[in-house]
Amino acid sequence: MIAPYLLVFLLFVIYPVGYGFWLARHPATYVRLVDDPIFSRAVINTLVFLIIGINLKMVVALFLSGFFVQARTWIKWLSLVFILPWAVPSIPTILSIRFMLNPEWGLVNHVIFKLTGADGPNWLNDPWIALSMAILVHIWKSLPFWTLILIAGRLAIPGELYEAASVDGASTWQKFKWITWPSLQTLYLTSSILSMIWTLGDFNSVYLLTGGGPADLTHVLATLGIRYLRLDQVNLSMAAIVCALPLVLPLVYFMMKRLSK
Amino acid sequence: MKSSWRRASTEAKLLLVGIPVLIWTLLPIYHLVLFAISPKESAFAGQLWPDHPTLHNFAVVFREQHYYLSHFWLQLWNSLVIAVSVGVLTLVVATAAAFAISRLRVRGGRTVMNLALFTYFIPAAFLAVPMYKTMGNYGLLNNQWSLILAMVTIAAPYSIWVLKQASDKLPYELDEAARIDGASPPQLFRLVYLPLMTPSLVAIGTYALLLAWNEYLYAFLLLSNDTQITLSVALGNFLAADDSPWELLMTVGLIYALPPAAIYYAFKRYMVGGLTAGAVKS
Repeated sequence: MIAPYLLVFLLFVIYPVGYGFWLARHPATYVRLVDDPIFSRAVINTLVFLIIGINLKMVVALFLSGFFVQARTWIKWLSLVFILPWAVPSIPTILSIRFMLNPEWGLVNHVIFKLTGADGPNWLNDPWIALSMAILVHIWKSLPFWTLILIAGRLAIPGELYEAASVDGASTWQKFKWITWPSLQTLYLTSSILSMIWTLGDFNSVYLLTGGGPADLTHVLATLGIRYLRLDQVNLSMAAIVCALPLVLPLVYFMMKRLSK
Repeated sequence: MKSSWRRASTEAKLLLVGIPVLIWTLLPIYHLVLFAISPKESAFAGQLWPDHPTLHNFAVVFREQHYYLSHFWLQLWNSLVIAVSVGVLTLVVATAAAFAISRLRVRGGRTVMNLALFTYFIPAAFLAVPMYKTMGNYGLLNNQWSLILAMVTIAAPYSIWVLKQASDKLPYELDEAARIDGASPPQLFRLVYLPLMTPSLVAIGTYALLLAWNEYLYAFLLLSNDTQITLSVALGNFLAADDSPWELLMTVGLIYALPPAAIYYAFKRYMVGGLTAGAVKS
């Protein structure tokens, strides 16, 4: 009964991966890849995306999980609304944000003009602003998921610990430092690693918002493969992915270890 | 007196977090809805609410009265057929594998599980180009089967893992009792295993279905004919023109977003419980 999956695995995992490595076998391909300024820019973009995106997202998720565990009816309702970005497919919402950032017609610059009388920036025409916006889109989409995970983590902490701390006159910060954080530490680290792997594969946030532009300066490793495919240079596309493996495999190894415990 | 003042200040602080969270969350979605119910001029003028809200855009979409919309119903149908096929096929493949690994304890089951997990953790975007070339070699490009099979490949590993976890929790004595009563493995599967696994099967079927419905990258790589593409690809194609009819794009986007959101909220209990617990085990 394991045969159907093995068949799928052989035909659509082993074969493509093997074929991919075979396409990327020539050392000359890597020389050309490293010579391509777009590739080095994409590597830098990916690192910026990961380091800023994930830390910002996880810190906010940690903070918001503390907010959402407060027992209030309106917070319960808010939490239902809060998971919308995760429940809704990403294509329409990313395109919606893309138009909001349109310099002439977009809502954001209209509001800026009304409030300050000055023209807002051309959001998606400056590579660093555009990349920051892609990071924000990514955070917008995945923040609810990680907040839910951390809420589950917080709810698993025994309430008596907080009661005892209150009796001893502990401040909010002390409670966080001595009870919440030690209990959530492992979950927080695992979540960050998993989020890193998923963020590396986040194609939509960049591709649908900036399309890699302006001038191909906002590509990340996930979108670079498609760029080379468009240019009909499949071996470069494969080589770019092979170059990402030293970054991905240790993370995957870490997660496998965690899960098989 | 002092304590009621303190309580008010706590509430104020909570509101200070809650209001920005509400705006941040809803703004892009509100913007989507706003465009769908606005005439083009008012949407482009950056109004926060149209002077004359209208359902005209929906009428245009439903009657396919625009070049970009000429196959709207067909593409909606394509999305549906592909999503349902992926859901069903993933369930078949993953349930069989999980049953074999967890209940029949076939040799090499652990290895297969680890291989599957490994695939799960490799970002799908990295496999997209080799998958595209592979489908080309198999002669499946521009055939909807290519997208269905690719999505089953992506959805299966996590599904097998979740189903195996759930299946490991069923007491092994059940299997033994059934065997003593003379049940063969297929009977065990049908009469004991499937009924007990129903909640997990619902969660996994929904997971695979939504994954396929929401997919963009693989769909636009593997399918290109206007009559075969899914609605997600059709949405992306709107961007090809300089003067894209954004109000229609957003209307289609809203229609496309509603079913998964509805399913998500309907099955929220299963999804949040089953899937998040599986995703991160601390």
